[in-house]
Amino acid sequence: MADDISSLRRILKSCKTIAVVGLSAEWHRPSFFAAKYMQQHGYRIVPVNPKYPEILGETSYVRLEDIPFPVDMVDVFRREADVPPIARSAVAIGAKCLWQQLGVKSAEADAIARAAGLESVMDRCVKIEHARLFGGLHWAGVNTNVVSSRRLV
Amino acid sequence: MPDRRFRPETLAIHAGQIPDAATGARALPIYQTTSFVFDSADHAASLFNLQTFGNVYSRLSNPTVAALEERVAALEGGRAAVAAASGMAAEAMALMTLLQAGDHVVAAGALYGGTVTMLAVNLRKFGIETTFVDATDPAAFAAAIRPSTRAVYAETLGNPSVVVLDIAAIADVAHAHGLPLVVDNTVPSPALCNPIAHGADIVVHSATKYLAGHGTTLGGVVVESGKFPWDNGKFPGMTEPSPGYHGVKFYETFGDFGFSMRCRMETLRVYGATLSPMSAWQILQGVETLPLRMERHCANAQAVAQFLQADKRVAWVNYPGLPDHPQHALLMRQMSGASGLLAFGVAAGAGGSSATALQRGIRFIESAQFMSHLVNIGDTRTLISHPASTTHRQLDEAQQRAAGVLPDMIRISVGLEHIDDILWDIDQALAAAVA
Repeated sequence: MADDISSLRRILKSCKTIAVVGLSAEWHRPSFFAAKYMQQHGYRIVPVNPKYPEILGETSYVRLEDIPFPVDMVDVFRREADVPPIARSAVAIGAKCLWQQLGVKSAEADAIARAAGLESVMDRCVKIEHARLFGGLHWAGVNTNVVSSRRLV
Repeated sequence: MPDRRFRPETLAIHAGQIPDAATGARALPIYQTTSFVFDSADHAASLFNLQTFGNVYSRLSNPTVAALEERVAALEGGRAAVAAASGMAAEAMALMTLLQAGDHVVAAGALYGGTVTMLAVNLRKFGIETTFVDATDPAAFAAAIRPSTRAVYAETLGNPSVVVLDIAAIADVAHAHGLPLVVDNTVPSPALCNPIAHGADIVVHSATKYLAGHGTTLGGVVVESGKFPWDNGKFPGMTEPSPGYHGVKFYETFGDFGFSMRCRMETLRVYGATLSPMSAWQILQGVETLPLRMERHCANAQAVAQFLQADKRVAWVNYPGLPDHPQHALLMRQMSGASGLLAFGVAAGAGGSSATALQRGIRFIESAQFMSHLVNIGDTRTLISHPASTTHRQLDEAQQRAAGVLPDMIRISVGLEHIDDILWDIDQALAAAVA
């Protein structure tokens, strides 16, 4: 599992297309907050939720396997028990990273992803980590644990 | 590469401030601006919806103030912090975010006088009741908790009583009842004590004192541990849609820094006791040397306490750094020093009454040459005061005694002058006091 600043930076710099499994279309839900934030910071968001045809101006797919173009990261907003099959799908579609959101920590899914050579992140919010490591979260007074003599790039 | 866990001396200089993205400025720039431009209407909407992080208006957040907030959060081992215009403003922000009419607080009796007044008078006006208990008795805290209790409040090192709080014991009592322990850690500062490591959930500071250290600038900070389970059913304001911020659920949306976001977006935004960027910058100049200064404050106070203890003109000395102080072992368990605050009483002399002792104490204060008679603490300068007639004047004698204030008590905030000079001034003032 990747959990240190340099690994998280590498993942967030290399993954530009993010499939968000369990993305809600309701504006006040955490998944919508996170996806909208990432979209505004230059990432392509691909919703995966059978309940909606479209979220955030992007077509929503029923399953990861239905997405007709390459996906870098699979970001999961689902209950822990639902994650292992999603991890297998992430491997099957050739994603580079499985990211389990804050509060989601399936060790089985983590093992599936890492065994297939994917990066794996657990129990972290993609928005909060991006804001922590590339600027923004600091302005909310949050302890980012970043100590550095270089400007943010 | 595993993340480095930096030491306090390093965090005091670096945490919360990397070189300015726009200019590369190494020292912290002062962003003296009320407002910040939006990139687009959509960016503005996202900022107001809290969907992206950024600055809108300096009443809510400001990059210079943020550097202080993150630095204090880092020094305390907390998740996040919010600054305020003064220590009292920080305390009010923490309590007003936590509490509403009908709620109850259990607080230590040994508190700064302004805090006693806030709890006993000002918050009572809004229907919030407080029960004051003996700071050294965990069972008294437990016994005072009611179904409506929503916070337990204390000072890690009482001002001016220097009562040492058994943080872990009181945190256990609070947590057993599903309540957060809120502590004021002003007197030890984060350099000597990290209450979160002992179980505290919210830490408040008057940054005016040791954090700034130079006696020039008012400020306060609220730090959140990030560990309190706000979804335990007692804090709907954290878990239900916020009527004050168009339906955001703070705990669900921001998780372990949800309380700080709520402080900022509900309380600071509405009541407006914001720290100015200039003040944040001035306080940060002090924070950079905090660990170094606290070492000397402790060493000087220890020497002053020993000097007073050995002097026949002195009736009593209260400094938990003294090995025979009843709370010395507890202090050493949770703090790396006893800080710079101590209290003593001038002896009445053979056949003298308590009124004589008080008169002598006042003569001591008025005879000092460079020790300053004022009511601040945590300055580079040595400061002396008589709490019963100043900081705790609004309390009656029973409340004063509960707050640890005795009629003849002289408080010294030992500064950073040379110890020989401090002892010289104390010696000559004592001579004048008993003459």
